[in-house]
Amino acid sequence: MIEFTFWDILRNLLLAARWTVVLSLIAFAGGAVVGLILTFLRLSSQRWLQYLTALYVDLFQGTPLLMQLFLIFFGAAALGQPISAWLAASIALTLFTSAFLCDIWRGCLEAVAKGQWHAARVLGMNYYQSMRHVILPQALRLSVPPTVGFSVQVVKGTALASIIGFVELTKAGTMLNNATFEPFTIFALVALLYFALCFPLSCYARYLEKKLYDAGLR
Amino acid sequence: MGSLDFLTLLPYTSDLLKGLLTTVVLTVVTTLAGIMLAVVVAYLRAHGQIWLRRGLGTYVEVTRNTPFIVQLFFIFFGLPGLGIKIDAITAAFIAMTLNLAAYSAEILRAGISATAKGQLEAGRALGMSALQSYRHIVLVPAFARVYPSLISQAIIVMLGSAVVSQISVFDLTYAANFVQSRNFRSFEVYLLITLVYLLLAFGLRRAFMLVGSRVFAYQRGETR
Repeated sequence: MIEFTFWDILRNLLLAARWTVVLSLIAFAGGAVVGLILTFLRLSSQRWLQYLTALYVDLFQGTPLLMQLFLIFFGAAALGQPISAWLAASIALTLFTSAFLCDIWRGCLEAVAKGQWHAARVLGMNYYQSMRHVILPQALRLSVPPTVGFSVQVVKGTALASIIGFVELTKAGTMLNNATFEPFTIFALVALLYFALCFPLSCYARYLEKKLYDAGLR
Repeated sequence: MGSLDFLTLLPYTSDLLKGLLTTVVLTVVTTLAGIMLAVVVAYLRAHGQIWLRRGLGTYVEVTRNTPFIVQLFFIFFGLPGLGIKIDAITAAFIAMTLNLAAYSAEILRAGISATAKGQLEAGRALGMSALQSYRHIVLVPAFARVYPSLISQAIIVMLGSAVVSQISVFDLTYAANFVQSRNFRSFEVYLLITLVYLLLAFGLRRAFMLVGSRVFAYQRGETR
């Protein structure tokens, strides 16, 4: 029997928190790339592409993240191609993130006043030029606060990877609890570590939101 | 295992229905309790004593910045460490209610702050009591304004409730775990209940919106 001191617990949790950070970064980066592609597909003039991306967003926003994880994890196995919890979590969280970011970014692009489009077109710019020089720069400014705000949801979402056995912060917490029987200390520490990751992001998002508001853009 | 076979799920219909019922009841009860608690929290954060405001502010921030599953584990596994024993379904109920209340209090706060101070004073001048004017002039219009956001949050909590299966509450996800441990058809059963969650999210949104359009019908002229 190994005795765990408070510092052993904290050190192990901190080591596991690395994987929460790595998984969050993968999900966010992957989600941003897929989300960007989806946003442009959603804005295309093809009706069926608009419907398809809207359906994609609704499916991911209307089902539990846990089920998305399970379907990818067990679905790959059912197809005869089992994947690791690590890969399943990365894929599920990337798709989940992409759906939400697509929705956020579409909202930002649509929030740029219609008159801006008209003005750009009247000045003789074509679609791509108007997008590139007039609409995107404005939409980009609007999109930063909600995007940073959503990153908090991504970090919290990684906790579900623990359920399919990926050892990140939450899973490390349950494992340490099984070894030490100090649930109060351990889960309080786990919560505190998540808070330390998420709260600065929340504050930053709020600060950015306020700056936009003060600039009269919201 | 090659093709999908949903027929193997048929013998487990009653288990899945039992799980569905638990998820629905948990959602409806925590939505009502969570929003009531949110009203109290939002009110006290605006008008309470300074220490109370700080305390509630901490509760809201901690809840919004930690994963729901950790909150659930803390309540179910952590609190017994302090001598407070609770069963799984109660822990799920408490965790979901506290989670929804924290988000809803923030949503309500935005709605409440949109009411001009002069309106409240006008209410008092018309002879309403402090409570009456707060209720009719601030609270109900605030509710009507943010009602759609509150519904979305309640749906998010419903979807998040899938993790209460992890403390062995017999909800929809637990039922699915149970079934796949018997018939080894994990993909089929999870696909089925994902669809059920999707329909549930859609149905609950429609139902709550219908209730809202009735309750806030007289507000419509003002808020739109």
